[in-house]
Amino acid sequence: MAFSFSTDTICALSTPEGYGALSVIRISGESAFRISEKIFTPAGKNKSLTDRAYPCVVFGKVMDGLQILDEAVLTLFKAPASFTGEDTVEFSLHGSPYIRKRVLELLAEHGCRPATEGEFTKRAFMHDKMDLSRAEAVADLIHSESEAEHKIAMRQMRGGFSEELRELREKLVNFASLVELELDFGEEDVEFADRNLLKSHVQGVLKKINSLTASFKLGNVIKRGVPVAIIGEPNAGKSTLLNALLNEERAIVSDIAGTTRDTVEDEISIRGLLFRFIDTAGIRETQDTIENMGIERALEKAKQAEVVLLLADASRWNPVELQSLFERIGNQSVILVINKTDLLTVEQQMTIQQEAESRFNDVPIVYISASLKKEIDLLKNTLFESLDTSALQNNQTVITNLRHYEALKRTEEYLTKVLADIDMHISGDFLAMDIRQALFHLGEITGEITTDDLLGNIFSKFCIGK
Amino acid sequence: MTSEYDVIVVGAGHAGNEAAAAAANLGSKVLLITMDMTKIGQMSCNPAMGGVAKGQIVREIDALGGYSGIVSDKTAIQFRMLNRSKGPAMWSPRTQNDRTRFAEEWRIMLENTPNVDFWQDSVTSLLVKDNRVFGVVTSLGIEFKAKSVVLTNGTFLNGLIHIGEKQLSGGRAGEKSSSGITEQLIQLGFESGRMKTGTPARIDGRTLDYSVMAEQKGDEIPENFSFTDLPPLTNQLSCYITYTNQKVHDILKTGFEKSPMFNGRIQGLGPRYCPSIEDKISRFADKTEHQLFVEPEGRNTVEIYVNGFSSSLPEDVQYKALQEIPGFKNCKMFRPGYAIEYDYFPPVQLKHTLETKLVENLYFAGQINGTTGYEEAACQGLMAGINAHLKINEQNPLVLGRDEAYIGVLIDDLINKGTDEPYRMFTSRAEYRILLRQDNADLRLTEKSYKIGLAREDRYKNMLNKKALSEELVKAVRNLSVEPSLINGYLVSVGSAEMKQKAKLDTLLSRPFVSLSDLLYFEEVNQITKHIQGYQRKEIIEQAEIFIKYEGYINREREMADKMNRLEDIPLKESFDYMSIGSLSMEARQKLSNIKPLTLGQASRISGVSPSDISVLMVHLGR
Repeated sequence: MAFSFSTDTICALSTPEGYGALSVIRISGESAFRISEKIFTPAGKNKSLTDRAYPCVVFGKVMDGLQILDEAVLTLFKAPASFTGEDTVEFSLHGSPYIRKRVLELLAEHGCRPATEGEFTKRAFMHDKMDLSRAEAVADLIHSESEAEHKIAMRQMRGGFSEELRELREKLVNFASLVELELDFGEEDVEFADRNLLKSHVQGVLKKINSLTASFKLGNVIKRGVPVAIIGEPNAGKSTLLNALLNEERAIVSDIAGTTRDTVEDEISIRGLLFRFIDTAGIRETQDTIENMGIERALEKAKQAEVVLLLADASRWNPVELQSLFERIGNQSVILVINKTDLLTVEQQMTIQQEAESRFNDVPIVYISASLKKEIDLLKNTLFESLDTSALQNNQTVITNLRHYEALKRTEEYLTKVLADIDMHISGDFLAMDIRQALFHLGEITGEITTDDLLGNIFSKFCIGK
Repeated sequence: MTSEYDVIVVGAGHAGNEAAAAAANLGSKVLLITMDMTKIGQMSCNPAMGGVAKGQIVREIDALGGYSGIVSDKTAIQFRMLNRSKGPAMWSPRTQNDRTRFAEEWRIMLENTPNVDFWQDSVTSLLVKDNRVFGVVTSLGIEFKAKSVVLTNGTFLNGLIHIGEKQLSGGRAGEKSSSGITEQLIQLGFESGRMKTGTPARIDGRTLDYSVMAEQKGDEIPENFSFTDLPPLTNQLSCYITYTNQKVHDILKTGFEKSPMFNGRIQGLGPRYCPSIEDKISRFADKTEHQLFVEPEGRNTVEIYVNGFSSSLPEDVQYKALQEIPGFKNCKMFRPGYAIEYDYFPPVQLKHTLETKLVENLYFAGQINGTTGYEEAACQGLMAGINAHLKINEQNPLVLGRDEAYIGVLIDDLINKGTDEPYRMFTSRAEYRILLRQDNADLRLTEKSYKIGLAREDRYKNMLNKKALSEELVKAVRNLSVEPSLINGYLVSVGSAEMKQKAKLDTLLSRPFVSLSDLLYFEEVNQITKHIQGYQRKEIIEQAEIFIKYEGYINREREMADKMNRLEDIPLKESFDYMSIGSLSMEARQKLSNIKPLTLGQASRISGVSPSDISVLMVHLGR
C-alpha cells in the first residue's frame, strides 16, 4: 500500500535553483488556497484567498509567524481551470534561496507535501488536461523517476543511509510483530512483551530517527553551503576580513558588478565544506551613515546564519560594548574575531587576550590582522570546527533529501503517538493503527512493509499453533 | 432426480454446503454431490468454530445469510468471546462444538432448503466445452449437466495420508481420495501444487485425569454467532489445559528419522502457524514445554481432541509420548494423528467472484484454493455459490471490499497474492481492522445480501432496527448531562477520576473502564434505553457504546479506506495490453498480464507491481 491516490496538496519550486530576481513556488491540490492563507496576508481589504473571482492576482506579505518574510504576488487558479486541473497557487517571491527554502518549509508545516518529480504533470493528466500523445513521454518520465530518485538518493547518502534504514525497518517490524502477535495470537502460549519493553523499543527507534531528521539541517547545509554572517562595530574591518577570506579578485569582480551584488553570494570552501557569507552587500556598504543603521540589519540577517563571526577592533578595544553586541546575537555558534592585532604592542595584546578570554570563556577566539592576512587560515580552521560536523566525520548518515526528511518526520510523528498510546494503556489494536502509519511512512523510503513481513517475522520468532 | 441443474456443487464440507445453500436460497436448482452422505459437514480437525479473525468471518457469513453461524450456535457446547480485554476490533467469538451434532445440523438445514438435491458419488471429471463448464461425470459414469459447477474438494484431490513411514491414499482418515479432476484441470491449462496439513490424535476421555489439568470454562453469559433470534447456549462443557515436557519431547525425537516431515517424503508446504508437535520441538528447541488444549468432541461421546499435538510420527511414538503428558498417564488412543498432502490450485487463477479465469462458470472454494480453516472455506463457498447464481442470471457479481469484510480481504489476498502455505485469516491481514468488527458484521453486509435476494426480510429489518436504535441512542447519550453527585461513586469504583461539574454522558464514556451497560444501573441513564427491548437490546447498547468510545479511530480508518478506494473506482480493461507498455517494469508487465486486475486498486495490491507502475498505468488510462 505504498501508493496512495494522491489528492493531497503538493508544492515545489517551479523556477530553477540558483540566483535570480524571482522565484516561483507552485502549490496544487484541494487545500492549496487554505494552506496559502496560513502564510500569506493579502494587502487589500479582502483578507481571504478562498473568496475571490478566479483566476486572480493578489499582492501581500508572506508571514513567518509574526515576521514578514517577503512581499509576494500570488496567482490563484480555481479547479479545473489550472495546469493541473486542481486549485493552484503560484507564489512569486524574491529570488533569495533563504526565502524559497523557508516558504517551502512553512508550506510543509501546514500540510503541503513536497511534490515528487513530474507530479504536477501527472496530476494534469489525471484531470484530463493533456492529450494521450504526451502521455507516453510522461510515463517514461515516471518510470525513470523512481530509478533516478533512487540514484540521487544513493549519491546523496553518506555513511550507509540504506543500511541504517534497513536496521530501522527491521526494528520497527520487530516491534510491530510484538503488537500484532498479541492481537492475533492472544490465545496462544507465547509470552507477550511487557509495555516497558515495547516502550524502550520505540524510544530506541525514535532516537535514531531523531538524529536522522536532525542531520537534515546539516545535510541541507552541505548542499547549499553553511551560512556565515560577519557582525561588528563600524570600521572593525568587516569588508577587509571578507576580502581576506574570499578570493580577493572574485570579491572585487562582484563588487564591480554593483547593482547585481544582491544576487551574488560569496562562498569559500574549507576542507571540502562550502561556507556562504550572507549580507555581503551590506558589509561592503562601508560608509558610516549606512553602517550605523547596519548593525540592526546585520543582527536581523545573522539569524539566517549558522555561524556568526563577531568582529572586534583591537585598536579600539571596548569589551563592554562587544559583550552587549554578543548578547544580542541569537543561538548560533559565534566565533570572536579580534582584528587589527598588528596595531598593538605585545603588552596590549596580552591585556586584551586576558580580558577576552575571561569575558567570553566558551567562545572560540581568533586574533588576526585582516589587512595583513595574518592568521586567516587559523580563522578558517576555527570556522570549520565550529560546525558540528561530527556526523560527517564519523561517517554517520546525513539526510539531504527533502522527501526522505518528510517521510522520517511523519514516522517520527506516529512513533511519538505510539509512545503516548503506551502511556495511556491503550489497547493493542489501536496501538497497531499508529504503528502501521509509522511503518507506512518509513516504507515511503524503504519500500513497503507488508503484513506478510510481519507474519513471517512472528512465525520465525514465536512458537505459534495449538 | 433431474439431470439438468443450475449449479452443481462438488463436495459437502463447509465450503460446499454454504455454496449449495446460498445458490439454492437465491433460487437456483442445486445438486450437491458428496462421496459419502453420512459425512456432510464434517469437522475434520478441531471441533471448534471461530476464534480471532475467524469468529469475525462466521459473523459475516451469518450477516450475509449463510448457515455456518446458525449451525455453530445450535451445536455449541461452549462459547467464549476471546480478547474481551482488548479493543472491540479484537473481540472474537469462538465455540466448541459437538462434532456429530454439527454435521447432523448441517444435513438437517440443507435437507430443509428447497432446491437442494443430493447425490452420493465421486466426481471424476468435468464436462467442458469451449472453455465453459456444463456439467460433471461421476465414478458411476453418470453425467449431470449444469450451468455452473463449484468445486470444493478439500483435501481429497489425490489426498495422501502419512503416519510415520506409512503412506495411505485417502481424503480423510478412513475415506477414499479422489482423482481425475486435477489431471483434467492441468490439461485444461491450470497450474496445480501440493499442500500439507495435519491433525492430532483422538483420545478416550474416560482414561484422562482432569484433576492435574487447568479447567477452561465457557463465558458466563454466552452469546451467539448468529444475528438472528436464537436461544442462548446453556449447560456448557469445559476444556482443559495441560503441557508437554522434556520427556515427551525426548520420546517424540526418537521417531524423527521415521517422520515424513523430516525425511523429505512430504513435499507440500504446511502452515507455519499450525505446526505439528515435532515441528515445534525441532524449530523451537529451547522451549521446554508446549501448551495443549484438551477439547471434548461432543456431549454424547468420550472422544477427546488434543489441540496442539498434531503429528505424523509413527503411531507408537505418538502414543508413548502422549502417556508422559500430565493427566494422560493411562490414556487410550482412538486414532493417531496424521499428516495429509493434497492438490490445490494457486488462487491467482481466479477472479474476484472465485470463478476461474480459464474455464467459464467453474468456481473453486476452500482448500482447493490453498486456504485452511472451516471459516475460510465456508465464506468462499458462500461467495462462490452467490456469484455462480448471479452470473447465470446475468446479474452483477457480489464482490466485497477490503474495507467491508474479512471475506473481502481473504478473497482479494488469494487472487492477487496467491499463497504458498495454507492461508489462514489473521486480523493483521486487514488494513481496516477497526471497521471490520464482529459486532457490526450485519450493519456492513446484510443490506448487500438482502438486495440480491439472499438475506431474508426479517434479517434485514432487524438490522435496520439495530442501526436506527443505536444511532438514536448515541444522540441521546450526547444530550444527557449527569451530575457529579450521581456518578462520582461509580467513577471511583472503576478507578476513574471524580467529576467536578456536570458533564455530558459521552465525555464520561470516552474514559477507559467506564461502560454504558454499567451506567444503566442509574435510572437517569437507563431512561434513555427503556424503549429498546427484545433480543437485540444488548447488541444495540453495545453498538452505541462502541461508536461513542471509538469514534475517532473509526473515522480515521474510514478516511484512510475512502482514500484508497478512489483507486478501486478506476477500472482496467481485461484486454489491456500490458506487454506493450515499455515504461512498466518487466515484472509488473508479466504479473498484470497474468492476473488481469479489474481496477487500479487491485493492480496496486499485486506483489511486484510498484507505485510507479501504477502511476504509469494511470497515465496510460488517459483519464
